Amino acid sequence: MAYSEKVLDHYENPRNVGSFDKNDPSVGSGMVGAPACGDVMKLHIKVGNDGIIEEARFKTYGCGSAIASSSLVTEWLRGKTLEQALTIKNTDIAEELALPPVKIHCSVLAEDAIKAAISDYRAKQGGCP
Amino acid sequence: MNTPIYLDYSATTPVDPRVVEKMVPYLYERFGNPASRSHGYGWEAEEAVELAREQVAQLVNADPKEIVWTSGATESDNLAITGAARFHQGKGKHLVTMTTEHKAVLDTMRNLEREGFVVTYLDPEPSGLLDPQKLAAAIRPGTVLASIMHVNNEIGVIQDIEAIGRICRERGVLFHVDAAQSTGKVLIDLDALPVDLMSFSAHKTYGPKGIGALYVRRRPRVRIEAQMHGGGHERGMRSGTLPTHQIVGMGEAFRLAREEMPADNERIRALRDKLLAGLGNMDETYINGDLQARVPHNLNISFNFVEGESLMMSMKGIAVSSGSACTSASLEPSYVLRALGRPDELAHSSIRLTVGRFTTEADIDATIELITRSVRKLRDLSPLWEMHLEGIDLSKVQWAAH
Repeated sequence: MAYSEKVLDHYENPRNVGSFDKNDPSVGSGMVGAPACGDVMKLHIKVGNDGIIEEARFKTYGCGSAIASSSLVTEWLRGKTLEQALTIKNTDIAEELALPPVKIHCSVLAEDAIKAAISDYRAKQGGCP
Repeated sequence: MNTPIYLDYSATTPVDPRVVEKMVPYLYERFGNPASRSHGYGWEAEEAVELAREQVAQLVNADPKEIVWTSGATESDNLAITGAARFHQGKGKHLVTMTTEHKAVLDTMRNLEREGFVVTYLDPEPSGLLDPQKLAAAIRPGTVLASIMHVNNEIGVIQDIEAIGRICRERGVLFHVDAAQSTGKVLIDLDALPVDLMSFSAHKTYGPKGIGALYVRRRPRVRIEAQMHGGGHERGMRSGTLPTHQIVGMGEAFRLAREEMPADNERIRALRDKLLAGLGNMDETYINGDLQARVPHNLNISFNFVEGESLMMSMKGIAVSSGSACTSASLEPSYVLRALGRPDELAHSSIRLTVGRFTTEADIDATIELITRSVRKLRDLSPLWEMHLEGIDLSKVQWAAH
C-alpha cells in the first residue's frame, strides 16, 4: 500500500510528541483505542484562561496513518476555542491526509481523542463533561 | 535508490540463476508438448519432464511415479484433501486438521464442510507444535483424512510428522502433509515416513512460481479423485498440458536443494542466530513459536508496544512481513499467533524475518541496526511504552475497544 506524501511527512517528522502534566487543571487528557485493536491514541491539550487551546501533544501506538492523524490534529488544535475544536470531523482529517478507505478508522480515532481530551478538561473545570 | 534488503524468503524466493539457465531453452528452442508422442519436439520435452520428476522425487526419497505435477502447493493441497475426501466418502466424512494450517488447507476444509463433511480443527501448544496425542484423540470411526503441515509458514516450527503419521497409519486414516515450506530446509524421507500425500511448491525453494507437485503414495496405493478434468495427463489425476519450462525449473531447483541443503542451512542458521542475538536482547521482545523445532531460516518476533505496520513503514530498506492486522486485507491480526494463545497486541507487534540463500552478513548487520533504531523511535511515540515504563499493568486498564 502506498502512503500519501502528507502521511509520510507526519510519520517521519511527527509534530508535538509528548505530554503535559495530567494533574494541571488547564490540561485536558484523552486516551482512546485499545492495544488489542492495534491502535491507542493519547492526546493532551493545554487550554489558556481565555478558553483557547495553547498547545496540544500526542503519543500514538498504531499504524502510520494513526500516527499521522494524531500528529495533524495537534497542529489543527492550536489556537482554536473548544467549540471550534469540536467541529473538527474525521472526514476533514481523512481528506487532508488522503487516507484510503481501510484507514478511515484512524481518523475516527483522532476525532474521538479530541472529544475525550475536551470532556476531560471540562470535567476538571467543574462543568459538565 | 538502493534495493531493499530481502528478508521475506518464506513469501517467495528469487529463482536461482542456475535454474533460470536450465529453463530458458524450453521456452523457445525446445517448446514441444510433452504429451506429443509423434515427433521429436514432444519426445525431447517429455524427457525433460521425466528428468525433473526424478529430481523432485530424489529430494524427498520417493519414486518418480509418485510425483504429480500441479500449479503449486495451493492446488496440491486442494487436490490431496478434496480428492481423497471425495474418493473415500463412502467410508466416512470426518477430517482432522489444525488451526495454524495455511489457508489453502483451511479454506479447502471449509469448502468440504459445505458438502457435508465434518472437520475437527486442533489447536497447537503455545510453542506452535501439535501434541500427537490430541490428534489420536480426535480420530473416530468415519475419520478418513488428517492434514497437518510440515513447517509453518509464519513461525517456522516443524511438526513431528513421523509421530503423527504413525498414529494415522495405525488407525487407518490417510495422512496429508503440506510441505511447501520445508523442502530444502528439512530432510524428507518418504520411503521411511508414514505419509500418504505431500504438497510441494517450487517458488519457496528457488524455483519458479506457478509450478508445484503432489506426492501420491503407490505402496500402499492411495486413491484420489481428480479435480481437473481433460486430457488424462498425470495418470488421470491432474489434466492439463504440462508447462515444461516450469517443470524443468522445479527439477533443477530441487536438485540444487538436495546438493546444497547442509551447507545452506548451516550458513543460514548462523545468520538467523545473529539476527536473534541482535534483536532479542531488546526489552519486551518475544519470540513466537518454538526455537528448537524450527527451520533455521525463520525468526518471528514481537516488539511489544510497537505496532507492526508502522515498524515496517519505518524500515523501508528491508522487505519483511508482519502479523499485524493493518497489513492484511481482513483487518484481523495473524490467526497463527492467536492460535498460540498470544494476546492480540503481541500479534499486532510481530515481524517475520526469513533468511535465505542470497542473504549476506552485511544484510543482517544493517537489519539489526535499522530495526533497533525504528523500535526505539516508535516506542518514544508510544503511549503504551510510556505506561509500561511507569509500571502500569496494561492488562488491567479498561480500554475502549472500537
